Formats: sequence, C-alpha cells, structure tokens
Amino acid sequence: MTIDLIGFTPLAALAGGVLIGLAAAMFVLFNGRIAGISGIVGGLLRPKEGDVSWRLAFVIGLIAAPVTYQLFAALPASRIDASDTVLVIAGVLVGVSTRYGAGCTSGHGVCGLSRLSARSLVATLLFMGAGFATVFVMRHGGV
Amino acid sequence: MNALFSFFAGLVFGIGLIVSGMSNPAKVLGFLDLAGKWDPSLALVMAGAIGVGLAAFALAKRRHTSWLGLPMVLPVARHIDRRLVMGSLLFGVGWGLAGICPGPALVLVGAGVAKGLIFAVAMLAGMGVFELLERYAQRH
Repeated sequence: MTIDLIGFTPLAALAGGVLIGLAAAMFVLFNGRIAGISGIVGGLLRPKEGDVSWRLAFVIGLIAAPVTYQLFAALPASRIDASDTVLVIAGVLVGVSTRYGAGCTSGHGVCGLSRLSARSLVATLLFMGAGFATVFVMRHGGV
Repeated sequence: MNALFSFFAGLVFGIGLIVSGMSNPAKVLGFLDLAGKWDPSLALVMAGAIGVGLAAFALAKRRHTSWLGLPMVLPVARHIDRRLVMGSLLFGVGWGLAGICPGPALVLVGAGVAKGLIFAVAMLAGMGVFELLERYAQRH
C-alpha cells in the first residue's frame, strides 16, 4: 500500500466531515430524526400522512447544496469512471440493499457510530469491507 | 418549521459532502482502493462527522422530544440479523462498483452530472423494488 500524498486532502476532509456532523446534529436535535439518507428517501416510497414534507425538504436541501455552493465558489471537480451499465447495476444494488440493511454511510456510518450502536458498527465494518473487496477485484483482480 | 429545519439540515449535509470530497466518486474509490494509491481522506471525513455527532447524540438520547417539540425517533433495533449483514455487504459491493452512496448521488443530481442522475434513478428504482417485495412478503 502506498499513500496518495497528492490526492490526500486532510483539512477539507475534516472540515467537510464537521459540516456533515453538524447537519446530523441539527437534524436529530431539532427534528428528532436520524440523518440517514437511504431511510429518508426510501420513506418517501412508503408515504404516510405528516411524514412526507420533512423528507422531501431534506432531499431538496441535498439537491440544492451544489447550487448554493456555486453561488460562492466553483464546484470542485468530480469524476465518475463507471460505465452507464455499471452505474445502473450499482444504483439498483445500493437502492435495494440500503433499504434491506436499514442504512447506508450516513445512517449507520455517521449517525449509528455517533450513537455508539453495535448494530451500526457491524453494518459499517461490513459495507466498508465489501467496498474495499469490490474495488480490489475491479482494479487489481484482472476483471 | 419541521420542513424548514429539515431543508437546512439537508443543505448543510450536502455542502459537507462537497467540501469533504465525498461527492467526487473518483475520490471515494481512491479511499476504497487499499492496494493502489490510497487516499485516506474519507477516514477524516468520518472522524470529523462522528466527533460532532457523538456530542449531539449523547444529548439527543437523554430527551424525549426535539428542540422543536417533535418526538425523538431513534432506532430501537438491537440485534444483528441476516438482513443487516446481507444488506450491508451488498451495499458495500454497490458502493465499490461506482464510488457513490445515497447522499452524494443526490448532490450529483443537483450538480447536473448526467451519470449521477443515472445512478440516482437506478437507486430509486432499487428502493421501489424493495418496497414492492416487502408489500408482497407481508401479504403472503
């Protein structure tokens, strides 16, 4: 293993992480909810009275984030190397699995670990492990 | 008020994803690629988020209602079951294939990235399939 010293952005990563933590903190303290994106979005597909507007508002906030960011600075470059076919497979997989496993990087990773939940720790170790393994096979497995 | 605070939480969350680099799938894959040139940035994203989150959730756990007077809805599930294990493993595979998880998918949609939109639509379809399977399982 070699560390990518050029790509490594510790200060931006830490600052962005603190913002994510503040958003999750604000959400649980004001709204009384877990900022788990897959749960918030997935709940929209199971609409209950009084349960739709706050979910939609959160999703709109997320979508509005790059638009708002652009008012002050140019968006940092993003690159997606996956082909459209791989994106569709990955998207469906992420959609089904996060609902089945009741959480993703935000719900289990950020909020669950902050709550000191053993369940979320297991989930986070498993999806991180599977993520490492998948990238290893894709990049170094001769696929 | 509920929706307004929810909007701002989503907005700050999204800006955090952009600032941290999480909304750049190539950077996420750089973190997941332990055998290549490893970019440890995302470990610091988690550290920053959890550092703030620990204090907030310690406070939230002691309350029955939120600061807006809404019920505190925290997860009650404790046991580690097949759903959690299988769901998390499959999520990791999907995450590793494209470098995109649900939050960044929506940020990429807002940024007008076509490939991000493809992923997001597929993700919503996947969530829809899950709902249909759940409803089917409940009836049978």
